[in-house]
Amino acid sequence: MRIERREEVSVAVLILAPFGAVLGALVLCAGLIAMAGVSPWVAYGEMLRGAFGSRLAVTETLTRASPLILTGLAAAVAFRARLWNIGGEGQFYMGALAAAALGHSAVVGLPLPAAWAVIAGGAMAAGAVLLLIPALLRLRFGVDEVVTTLLLNFVALLFVGLMVEGVLKDPMAFGWPQSVPVAAGLRLPDLVPRSRLHVGLVLAVVVAGILWLVQARTVFGAETRAAGLNPGAAAFAGVPITATLAKVAILSGGLAGLAGAIEVLGPVGYVTTTMSPGFGYAGIVVAMLAALHPAGVVAASVFVATVFVGADAMSRATGVPSFIADVIMAVALLAMLVALLFATYRVRT
Amino acid sequence: MTVALDILMTASLWEAVLRIATPLIFGVLGALICERAGVLNLGIEGIMTLGAMVGWLTVYWGGDLWTGLAVAVLAGMAMGWLHAMLTVPLGLSQHVSGLGITLLASALAYYLYRLWVEVGDLPPTIAPFQPLAIPGLSSIPFLGEAVFTQMPPTYLALILVVLVAWFLNRTPAGLALRMTGENPHAVEAQGLNPHRIRIWAVMAGSGMMALGGAFLTTAAFNSFFPTMVQGRGWICIALVVFASWRPGKALLGALLFALFDAFQLRLQTVVEGVPYQLFLMAPYVLSILALVLVARRARVPEALMQPYRRGER
Repeated sequence: MRIERREEVSVAVLILAPFGAVLGALVLCAGLIAMAGVSPWVAYGEMLRGAFGSRLAVTETLTRASPLILTGLAAAVAFRARLWNIGGEGQFYMGALAAAALGHSAVVGLPLPAAWAVIAGGAMAAGAVLLLIPALLRLRFGVDEVVTTLLLNFVALLFVGLMVEGVLKDPMAFGWPQSVPVAAGLRLPDLVPRSRLHVGLVLAVVVAGILWLVQARTVFGAETRAAGLNPGAAAFAGVPITATLAKVAILSGGLAGLAGAIEVLGPVGYVTTTMSPGFGYAGIVVAMLAALHPAGVVAASVFVATVFVGADAMSRATGVPSFIADVIMAVALLAMLVALLFATYRVRT
Repeated sequence: MTVALDILMTASLWEAVLRIATPLIFGVLGALICERAGVLNLGIEGIMTLGAMVGWLTVYWGGDLWTGLAVAVLAGMAMGWLHAMLTVPLGLSQHVSGLGITLLASALAYYLYRLWVEVGDLPPTIAPFQPLAIPGLSSIPFLGEAVFTQMPPTYLALILVVLVAWFLNRTPAGLALRMTGENPHAVEAQGLNPHRIRIWAVMAGSGMMALGGAFLTTAAFNSFFPTMVQGRGWICIALVVFASWRPGKALLGALLFALFDAFQLRLQTVVEGVPYQLFLMAPYVLSILALVLVARRARVPEALMQPYRRGER
């Protein structure tokens, strides 16, 4: 048996691949649900109802998807350039921390759009700095960025703990370790009244659209793709590899930081060390399911949010542990890898 | 300064160093075997988590402590088999597959734990391994208390270092494994099957990783809780680079790391006014610094992360 590259890759197959992967994941996880003594049909039905069954459910799912779109984009832009940014979780927290610090007092008094711009800029800078460190260590010393970005997630989370129990501690929080709140006037307006869904969703979708244009239509987009596909050839063709990767790191870290900012300015209002249910790690799954395409990231984020929000509701209704959502995600990621392989390669016997 | 010296002079510190180093020794040896055969195994963090859960659960369900370790090894090998299938015959990205395995193994561990174990206010506990004093040697002053009154899996870890070093450097199979990590084409030319060697290496390595996880729940602690592995797997991946892919240096790296960890734990209780988070950050920052220090002169296995396809260059 040998595996060889297909001469032509059909776009239809590429678009079908994630659906096949998700279906495969749901079938495989049905066995685990059955082990809990619950019919998979009932469980999956409860999940759908929990994610879309009511107005509240839909808004909760989209609220969960909003930061996921941004962390998904963060992973996708980095992976395109073969910069393995696994540090989205840490960058998310740094952005959230910057947003809370700025939004509590520093920008109060500025006109609204300007205040938001300053907060977004600060949060993106905070996320970008956290990724620039491992990116530069790789470019300067050849240190593998997978390990360093992973380790920095722990450092970032401890730093958040240090801040919310220290200088940013909210004295009004009855001893709970949470940061000072952002000023009420700075919170993002709701998209749907009486829900947690906020305009951060619109922002995330717009950012995805802009990134699509940048990747398809600009020199920078072409350079990142070239740097990822074949750095040697790209360098020979005159692509400045170091500068391109540094820019990608700033963009990727910035996007994850922005995700932290909209979560703070949107539904949460302050920072805690448990505010992220793994947005950074789930962003990696989102990016892979999307085959690193910005439009796909939006769709995959809604899917991932559906599974997580739906699993919580399903767990309450049936008693199947909600960790099934994490299993579905992981299996979908691995199945997507295999599906993409067979979309671009064929088996010769 | 005298405080630091006092801490270093206590036998209990050195006893703790070996105990803290044990899961790292298992993990770093496992990662090392995978990588010497040419496969990066980022599944380590999840495999350690799964090993911790499965090993604990076996004992909780009435199994022997050693049976618990054995079942953990089997669970780790199963995950290793999956990673090997995806990355060796299929040649998928070792980075992404490894992360996927970590997500899968830890999610499975949490799911099954929640499914099978009633958790009240506190997680249920088991009777863990007890320190075993080696007759004679344990009565040596200082050294006896520090080295020869450890829990049995710690002795196993130390023996494993010697075994792995001997296997890699002194046996034909070890030579074939190392060659697969350097030049799989040459292995094929010798009439050996590089795919089969890589698959077995990843499975064996993953079994050792799971053993490191199981040590946490059957010896270091007596219960399982989520996120208990706390990045130890990633630290092992960094330690392999620090050790230049050599078992002896890997042991040294794990011990140095554990010394630092045990030291900072004791320092925390003596030094006042420094937030505890800064102490907890230190191991991760230290790992990154170690990577930077050795990165320039690291001798990476030539074919690490290169999928091998027959007849393709």
